[in-house]
Amino acid sequence: MSTAMSMRRAFIDPLINENPITLQILGLCSALAVTKTLATALIMAAAVTVVITLSNATISLIRNHMPRHVRLILQITIIASLVIVVDQILKAYAYGLSRELSVFVGLIVTNCIIMGRAEAFAMKNNVRLSVLDGLGNGLGYSWILILVGSVRELFGSGTLLGAEVFRTVSAGGWYHPAALMLLPPSAFFLIGFLIWALRSWRVEQVEPEEFAVLPAVETGEAR
Amino acid sequence: MPDDDQHGGQHGGDRAGASSLLRRFRALPNDSPAKAVIVTLLVCIFASVLVAGSAVLLRPKQIANKQFAQMQQISVILENAPGGAGRRAIDIADLDARVVELATGNYAEAKDPAAFDQRGMDNDPAQSINIPPGEDLAQIRTRAKYAAVHLLLRDGRPQLVVLPVYGRGFGSTLYGYVGLSGDARTVIGLAFYEHGETPGLGALIDDPAWRRLWAGKAVWDADGEVGLGVARGPVVPGTPEARHQVDGLTGATWTGQGVTNLLRYWLGGHGFGPYLKKLRRAAR
Repeated sequence: MSTAMSMRRAFIDPLINENPITLQILGLCSALAVTKTLATALIMAAAVTVVITLSNATISLIRNHMPRHVRLILQITIIASLVIVVDQILKAYAYGLSRELSVFVGLIVTNCIIMGRAEAFAMKNNVRLSVLDGLGNGLGYSWILILVGSVRELFGSGTLLGAEVFRTVSAGGWYHPAALMLLPPSAFFLIGFLIWALRSWRVEQVEPEEFAVLPAVETGEAR
Repeated sequence: MPDDDQHGGQHGGDRAGASSLLRRFRALPNDSPAKAVIVTLLVCIFASVLVAGSAVLLRPKQIANKQFAQMQQISVILENAPGGAGRRAIDIADLDARVVELATGNYAEAKDPAAFDQRGMDNDPAQSINIPPGEDLAQIRTRAKYAAVHLLLRDGRPQLVVLPVYGRGFGSTLYGYVGLSGDARTVIGLAFYEHGETPGLGALIDDPAWRRLWAGKAVWDADGEVGLGVARGPVVPGTPEARHQVDGLTGATWTGQGVTNLLRYWLGGHGFGPYLKKLRRAAR
């Protein structure tokens, strides 16, 4: 495989074919929690993309000197420091949004996507590929968040980025906001539909059955 | 593909010494304890410089943001103030800040409200008092002897007063302001500017709809005690409590109890009680 091709794959694959949310089903906690409005989804997407790219780069840089038995601790140390820096920057330059995101910025540390990419990719590949892989996974996570955030804000509040799109009934318009969209379970439904759509389009993403379901059998016993 | 690794070791020393150190470091097997310690140490130093650097560099900006957000909560209270239709909304700039000595309820004219830092005093034994456990409803243990209040004066008479309050919630300390009418009998608003309550549950104390419930509640019950508080569950209209209480937040009983406690402490005799008594007497 040529380098150019592996570079393309490192970046393009996580967008759809290996998408962290829809294929690997990782990072759902934050995807549910911060997608009530598009603004929080955008900030979260940017924060995760920055953290995963930098953590992949840093970890790949020192991968040949990481003692195996302490590598997880070192990875977490690096990821946690990057998250704190991002959190501090948000508190300084996007104070209102960082308050809305509350604990979820700090919880990026425990986002499985980031640890997963560090351990599965950055520990084995050079810096350039790792950066592309981080960027790809970050953007793969981002587009789902942005999509879910847009749908939830549009149908839950009738706005996009705070600007009115549908005039709601309470403001004298015609739109009855779908209150369900403001609750975290709606993100579950949306992501579920998205996975369904993606797997109908890309049939190879469908996982094989883990066990065969037996047909229902009449036992003849009346209870 | 060139090897991208460039590893530390180039700090100080003459070139030959440094490069031989680097060579010895590189020769160490990856799983030797010495290497584990060195690499861990280097990563930790890198991480702490990163974290400490960002915290120190961004601190002034964050403090400014915090103060702005704090002031904004006062504006939130003012939005609910009865100004009458047609009159312009009350602006923060219309308010006068004063420092109150809590024990006597008198204004401490010598203290500059602009430079007043109540939270800095809370833990300074010279400027704070210990709250006896029986009185410590808000569970804050100590409090400053003084507090900065914001007043809206018309013809020298207070129309509205905003008091700083804080106390223990469920998982954090809640910091906020309570706005009262000039005669200290009716609530105008309650808003918190800092807390760490559970998102979606206790953090709903920031919900505008819930905050609006406070407007117009009567502070004092028939016995002259603080009747204000958060009910457990919804308030039943028509009951005597409905004059004083707002609906509880589902799944946040402790947060609601914390809000009740901190209001009872700060509006009660050990908090702003003496000051509020003066306001009530002056309004009569």
